[in-house]
Amino acid sequence: MTALTVTDLCKHYGALKVTDHVSLDIAPGEIHAIIGPNGAGKTTLIAQLSGQLGSDSGRVALDGKDITHLSMPERVRLGLARSFQITSVLPGFTALENVALAVQARQGSSFRFFGTVAAERALNAAAMEALHEAGLDHRAQIPARSLSHGEHRRLELAIALATKPRVLLLDEPLAGVGGEDAETFVENLRRLKGRLTMVLIEHDMDAVFALADRVSVLVYGRIIATGAPDAIRSDPEVRAAYLGEEEQEIA
Amino acid sequence: MTNLFVLQLLNGVQLGVLLFLISAGLTLVFGIMDVINLAHGVLYMVGAYLIATFAAATGSFWWGLLLTLPAAVVVGLVIEAVVMRRLYARSHLDQVLATFGLVMMANEAVKMIWGTSPLSVPMPEILSGSVPLMGPLKYPVYRIAIIVAGLAVALGLFVMVNYTRVGMLLRAGASNRDTVSALGVDINRLFAIVFTLGATLACLAGALVAPILSVDTGMGESVLILTFVVVVIGGIGSIKGAFLGALLVAVVDTVGGVFGPILLRSVLDPSAAGQAGRVLAPMLVYILMAVILFARPAGLFGKTA
Amino acid sequence: MTDMTDATRVTAAATRPALSGRVKAALTLFVLFALMPPLASALNDPFYVLIGTRILAYAIAALALDLILGFGAMVSFGHAAYLGLGTYAVAILSGFGINDLLVQILAATAMSAVFAAVTGAISLRTRGVYFIMITLAFGQMAFFFFISLSAYGGDDGVALASRSTLLGMEVLKTDFGLYYTTLVMLIGLFFLCHRITKSRFGRVLTGIRENPTRMEAIGFAPFRYQLTAFVISGCITAMAGVVLANQAQFVSPAFMSWHKSGELIVMVVLGGPGTLAGPIAGAVAALLLEEWLGALSEHWKLFFGLFLVLMVLFSPNGITGLLKKLGFGEKQK
Ligand SMILES: Nc1ncnc2c1ncn2[C@@H]1O[C@H](COP(=O)(O)OP(=O)(O)OP(=O)(O)O)[C@@H](O)[C@H]1O
Ligand SMILES: [Mg+2]
Repeated sequence: MTALTVTDLCKHYGALKVTDHVSLDIAPGEIHAIIGPNGAGKTTLIAQLSGQLGSDSGRVALDGKDITHLSMPERVRLGLARSFQITSVLPGFTALENVALAVQARQGSSFRFFGTVAAERALNAAAMEALHEAGLDHRAQIPARSLSHGEHRRLELAIALATKPRVLLLDEPLAGVGGEDAETFVENLRRLKGRLTMVLIEHDMDAVFALADRVSVLVYGRIIATGAPDAIRSDPEVRAAYLGEEEQEIA
Repeated sequence: MTNLFVLQLLNGVQLGVLLFLISAGLTLVFGIMDVINLAHGVLYMVGAYLIATFAAATGSFWWGLLLTLPAAVVVGLVIEAVVMRRLYARSHLDQVLATFGLVMMANEAVKMIWGTSPLSVPMPEILSGSVPLMGPLKYPVYRIAIIVAGLAVALGLFVMVNYTRVGMLLRAGASNRDTVSALGVDINRLFAIVFTLGATLACLAGALVAPILSVDTGMGESVLILTFVVVVIGGIGSIKGAFLGALLVAVVDTVGGVFGPILLRSVLDPSAAGQAGRVLAPMLVYILMAVILFARPAGLFGKTA
Repeated sequence: MTDMTDATRVTAAATRPALSGRVKAALTLFVLFALMPPLASALNDPFYVLIGTRILAYAIAALALDLILGFGAMVSFGHAAYLGLGTYAVAILSGFGINDLLVQILAATAMSAVFAAVTGAISLRTRGVYFIMITLAFGQMAFFFFISLSAYGGDDGVALASRSTLLGMEVLKTDFGLYYTTLVMLIGLFFLCHRITKSRFGRVLTGIRENPTRMEAIGFAPFRYQLTAFVISGCITAMAGVVLANQAQFVSPAFMSWHKSGELIVMVVLGGPGTLAGPIAGAVAALLLEEWLGALSEHWKLFFGLFLVLMVLFSPNGITGLLKKLGFGEKQK
């Protein structure tokens, strides 16, 4: 069975088809990268998969269960988590509190009015573990608004991990992260490989080719190719539509 | 029975037209500037007091009206320049506090200037009296004049919004403020125009209604909440919504207030019906609002997020 | 599993010393409140005790409003309705010969819970300007409902024959008794709200304030938490209404006018939203300012309004910004 099945998903804004009959089968444990030029519709696709945005037509299934009409919180509870391309955290909370809240969402009722939540060891321990996996445990007590950009990206990952997803949708986790920092970040992601299924949107090609089992190329809302990284790299159509641009930019 | 119904319906339309004049400006201010203005009802009251003063001074309703309009523009411009302009970028909470402060100030200032006893404005000679409608039914000419004047203004607004450059900007601004600034339009001037236009319309409504109402300090209050209901029902930023919402609210309020108890009497015994009717009638518009919002949280013509 | 030592260290750090600055500020206020009546009688001005009771009652209401306004970013402009429901619970029950404070509180909270659940469920389908206007409209609906209740004097209201009893005892008969009972209520409710804001539920509520989309993305549907907070807040406000009915020995729709809702917001903002202790101080400040301006001029509302306008206009980022700068408001734990 596939972990995530997307069938004929569509979304348009006016005349603009942002998602155009997208179909994907993501195998359990796979890291499936989606690449594509700016404005291709990658973030929109993530928003549709996560339930943040409704779809015009098409189906989304998680482990064979149809989730097309579920809300974002309902999907998260079934094990489908996402991160945001533009960091979206709780700025007034510490990193630990941000993550502990994600743990709380799946562990026990949140209609508890009396116990002091900051003193709940189980929550904090699980949150620390997620922070550790994202490489941010040393900054646990810092308010999110005081974290650096790179740290925000890690916090995004930690929060998503803390929901204990089976399928994780990552929207450009490395956006704006460079150099050594990016390398350790990729290492953090690699350690997650096999434990959970990932849909990874990323512009950083080194990261994509280092992590992905398969790659899909999204251009103008359509998937123009899906395959192993090497096959994609040498696909002439892909090179023309996408990789070529990159090389030109570099040149 | 039919006569009573027609009469109440006309009263409803007349109130609706006035509500529209007040709501039109409010909905634009909400929609385009995303500013909540609690002081909008104050402008309606000020319009009534201005015409009372000018009409008394000149001895003529018409001169009074003629003087009230430019005065209203000045009032609008001043409030915009001194207070509102500084609130556009603020949180809703700040806007609530500042305009709430304005309401307190204005109500008290009106009391200081004009005293607490209600004023009255004489009805213009040619619009007094009634005309026969159907059978024995008569209707006051002045109320008909209000309806006509209100509809004329509504038509003017409609033309302005749909066929002029300012109107185009207004529509663009109501749906997307960034677009308007991106067009290189001086957004501050646009806001000033919109606010002043809204203020003038509210003053005009107050001036028009003055001859058939006693002019007092409470008049802005009751109408403010009704216009909020209108704006919410119609959908924030929508002139068309404000028009239909105003008529709907006014007709339900007037007709329902009379016929609700009559309808209740057919299902309940008379005394219970009377009691229930008295209690329910003033709540009707709010129940209407609740029902509409339950079905459409953004109002009839609002953008659904 | 990894780094358990780290985790335990963090847990220890997260469990802060029992008394935060906010609780200390509140305790200081409570001590001052407790000292006020003896002082007033020493000054031979026992009338202050009655004014003091009124201030304490509004402090309870401001505290309740802060729970949703400060911690939940829900600007309710209809909270006077709950004050009114509290006062009318007293009037209605006394019509049935029931005068016990506990029964009154029970009835007031029950009525408010229903009203808050229904109107909150509709209002919370919207946000921003809509939410403010809709809560205002529902507040007005309650106002008109009681105006048309001729059995309770309609517009004019109705006088209460006597103060409430407490478990059959006549504790509230004296102004002192009423004052200290109200103070005990205020202290109890403060700690209740304080506990709530520190709890799992409180953290979710503040999280929704900070970033609702993020909360949905980790699995929380904001609506049910916001609605619960809205209902709790309404119920606590109604308790303030029960006290006010006793303080004034008079009940009328005036308690529910939208100006009262506005004043409650002013109190919360003056004291600092999201701090609990702040709005209590804000209630004191706003009511004392009213009394003071009222003594200076019959047109005190002009000056109070001017004060509000100037305060907003001349703090660079508004009152909310000013408070943030002073370290209030945004912080949470
Ligand atoms: N709410 C909206 N209304 C209209 N158009 C939109 C909306 N949201 C996105 N778009 C358009 O849809 C297209 C796809 O946007 P999207 O953000 O999904 O692209 P992306 O592939 O994530 O780009 P990037 O690499 O820059 O993150 C863009 O052309 C964008 O302008
Ligand atoms: Mg994107």
